[in-house]
Amino acid sequence: MTEALRKHAWTMGLLALLVVLLAATKLIQPSFGGPGLESLARAALPFAFATAGMAVVVIVGGIDLSVASMMAVCAVTAATLMERMAGVPAIFIVLAVGLGMGLLNGALIVVTRVPDIVVTLAMLFVWEGVALLILETPGGATADWVEDSIRGPFLFGWLPKAFLIIALVTAAIWIPIRRSKLGLSIYATGSDEMAAFRSGVAVGRTKIAAYGICGLFCGFGGLSLAALTGIGEPVPGPYLLASVAAVVLGGVVLGGGRGGLLGPIIAVFILRIIRTILTLMAVDPNVTTIIEGTIMVAVVMLGTAATLRSARR
Amino acid sequence: MDDLAVLDASGIVKTFGAVRALTDANLRVGEGEVVALMGANGAGKSTFVKIITGALRPDAGNVLIRGREARVGNPAEARRSGLVPVYQEPSLIPDLDVGDNLRLGDTPVGPFMDWVRELGVEDVRLADMISDLPLATLRILDLARALASEPDVLLLDEMTAALPTDLVERVLTVVRARANDGMGVIYVSHRFTEISELCDRASVLRDGRTVGDLEIEPGVEERAVELMLGQKLDLSHREGAASRGAASGASRLSVRNLSAGPKLTDVSFDLHPGEVLGVVALEGQGQDELFEVLSGFEKPTGGQVEVNGRPVSFSHPADAIAAGLTFVPGNRAEALLAQRSVRENIALPFAARPRSWGPLKLGRERERVRYAIDKLQIDTRAQGEAQMLSGGNQQKVTIGRWLATGVETLLLFDPTRGIDVRTKRQIYPLARELAESGAAVLFYTSELDEVALACDRAIVIFNGRVVDTIEASDADEQTLMRAAYGLTGTEAVS
Repeated sequence: MTEALRKHAWTMGLLALLVVLLAATKLIQPSFGGPGLESLARAALPFAFATAGMAVVVIVGGIDLSVASMMAVCAVTAATLMERMAGVPAIFIVLAVGLGMGLLNGALIVVTRVPDIVVTLAMLFVWEGVALLILETPGGATADWVEDSIRGPFLFGWLPKAFLIIALVTAAIWIPIRRSKLGLSIYATGSDEMAAFRSGVAVGRTKIAAYGICGLFCGFGGLSLAALTGIGEPVPGPYLLASVAAVVLGGVVLGGGRGGLLGPIIAVFILRIIRTILTLMAVDPNVTTIIEGTIMVAVVMLGTAATLRSARR
Repeated sequence: MDDLAVLDASGIVKTFGAVRALTDANLRVGEGEVVALMGANGAGKSTFVKIITGALRPDAGNVLIRGREARVGNPAEARRSGLVPVYQEPSLIPDLDVGDNLRLGDTPVGPFMDWVRELGVEDVRLADMISDLPLATLRILDLARALASEPDVLLLDEMTAALPTDLVERVLTVVRARANDGMGVIYVSHRFTEISELCDRASVLRDGRTVGDLEIEPGVEERAVELMLGQKLDLSHREGAASRGAASGASRLSVRNLSAGPKLTDVSFDLHPGEVLGVVALEGQGQDELFEVLSGFEKPTGGQVEVNGRPVSFSHPADAIAAGLTFVPGNRAEALLAQRSVRENIALPFAARPRSWGPLKLGRERERVRYAIDKLQIDTRAQGEAQMLSGGNQQKVTIGRWLATGVETLLLFDPTRGIDVRTKRQIYPLARELAESGAAVLFYTSELDEVALACDRAIVIFNGRVVDTIEASDADEQTLMRAAYGLTGTEAVS
C-alpha cells in the first residue's frame, strides 16, 4: 500500500492540487457548479486526447510535434464524412485515419533514422497541408448525436459527459496496452533502448506502435474538436505546446521510461482550471500565460526536488 | 572436442569501412564445455562477441548453434536459438521493476528466484525497481535471468568485473555446475585466476584472427600471453623517447590511496615534472575513473590528490585546469569543436581561461596559433573546420595546443587510439617535448608497445590497484601484458 502510494506520489499530488484549485474556483466564484464544470470538461476534451497521445510517445522516448496537425486532419475528415454518411462508420474511418498517420510518423522515424523531432516537425507541415486539402475553409457538419454526446452531465446532474468520455476512451486504449507485453516494451524502450534491445524487445516495432497509439488518440482529439464546434476546422489549434506542458507537469519524464497517462490528464485539467481562475479574477490575458509558465516550472522543480530527496533516503 | 558442438562459429569476417575488425575468427564450444575467449585490447573480441550474440551480422562465415545455422539478426533471435548473453553492463531496464523485466523476456519467475538464491543474493523482491538496486546485484539478476531461460550456450562477457569476491566465487561455482549438466559456456575475461578455475579451454584472438586454442593447464598463462602478443613488434625506433631521467625533485602530482566508484579501489603514484608516466591497464580496471577524478569530472570516494604538495579537491573541470591539470580525452570528438576552425581550436584553451568570459587578446592569440601550427606540422590546407582534418591531425591539434600555454600537467587518455602509425610517431615526441619543457605527463595507452616508445616508466593498474611499476627499459610487451593481467610482477619474468 505504501509502495503504491510512493509509486504514484506524483499523481496523488496532482490530484490534491486539482481539488485545491477546484475549491479555490468555488471560493472566487460561488456560483461555480455543474455548468461550470461541464464547460471546463468540454473545453479540456481535445487537450486531454492530445496529451494522452503525446504522453505515449514521450514514454517510449520520442516526441511528436505533429499532434495538433493530425487532430486537424481528423477533425476535417470527420466533418466532411458526417455530411455524407452515418456517424458511426464515419467515426471508425476517422480513428483509422488517425492511427494510420501515427503509424506513418513512427515508421518514418524508425526506417529513415532521422531524429523524431525532425520527422514530426516535417509531418506537422505535411498534415497541416493535408487538412487544408480536405477542407479549405471551416465547414462540413457533424451528426447531432455526436455533439450531444459530449454535452451535459451524465451523473448526479453535475459530473459531465465529456469527463466520462475522456476516462472511458483513455482507459479502453491504455489499460489493455499497459497490461500487455507491448506496454512493457514501450516503457523498456523509453527507459534504456540498448538494454531493451538486449532483452529481446523489438525496439523499432515498439516505437512505431507508440506513434500509432498517439495517432489514434489524435483521432479522438479530432472527433472531439468536430463535436465541440459542429464543423471541421483545418487550421491546427494550440494543442502541441499545451500537450507537451501537460505531459511534463503530469510526471512523464522527457526522455522516456517514466510516468503514465493519468498524471498528464489530471495536469490538463489543472492547466485549464488555472486559466479559468485567472479569467474569473480578471487577470490580464497576457499576464495569464506568464503565470501559467511560472507555475509549470515551479511545480516540476518542486516535484523533482522531492523525488530526489526521497531517492537519496 | 566432440562432434556435438553446441556452438560453432567459423570463418567470421567483419569489416567496418576500411578497418578489418575480424579476418578469420573461430570458436567451437562442445556440450558441457567452458571456453575462455581471450585477446588483447583491439584484437576484435567485442566485435566477435557482438556477432555471436546477434547484435552484428558478419560479412562472411557462419554461426551454428546445435548444428543449425543461426541466422541471427538481433538478440531476441539469438536468444530463441539457444544462446543467452550476460554483458558487462547490466541489460535490465532501469525504470521497470524486477518482475516486469522478467515478463519482458518471458523469463519464468520460479526458476529465476531459485537461481538468484543459488547465486547468493537473498533480499531481492519482484517489486524492486531496477534503478534502486546496487550494480553487483544487477549482475547477479542478469545471470539468474539468463540461467532461468535454460540456454544451450551461455555467454558471459566480463560479468565478474565489479563483483565482490564472494559473489565471484558463487558465480563460478554455479556456472561450473551448469556446465557439468551439459550447458556450453563462453567466458570472456581478462582474469587468469577465474579462467583457470572455471574453463576447460581458452581460445585466443589476435588482430581479428583466432590464433590458438589452449587446454587449461599449469603454465597456460605464459602461452596465452605469447599468443595474444604474437610477433614481437619492431622496437628499432625506440630512440624517440631517448632522454630519460629528466624527472627530479618534488612531485608535481601525488596521488594517494585514491578510490572512486566500484572500479577504482586504491591507486597511489607520484608524477614528476619532466616525466612521462605511462599507465597500463586492461579495459575497465579503473583507469577511466582515475582520469575522471584527476580532470575534475568525478569526485573521488576516498584518498588524496596533491598538486605541488598542496592537497586539492575538484568540483568542476575548471578547478582541475586552474590547478594546472589538463585532460585530453581519448575521444577526439569530446575535445575539439568540430565545426569551428583549427585556429579557434588551438586558441580555445588560451581564450577560455576557466570560467572567464572576458575579451580575447587577438594579437597574442594569432602568434600562438602560428607557433603551434608550425610545431605540429598540421596540414594547413585544411585550416577550415577542424572536422575536415584527418583523425591524426585532429589529435595533434588536441595535444599540441597545450604546447605554448605553459601547461603544468597533461593527462593524456589513450591519445593514439585509431590513428595511423606515422602520426603516432609524431605524437610521442610531442609528449616528450612537453615533458622537457617542464610539464608532467600522465599517458594512458591501450597499446602496450607505446610504453617503451613514449614513457619514462609506467604504472600498471589491475582491479583498481597499482600492481606494478615498470621502467621503460624493462617495458617489453610481455612484461607489461603479464602485469596487466595481474600475474606476478616483474620478478617473475624469465
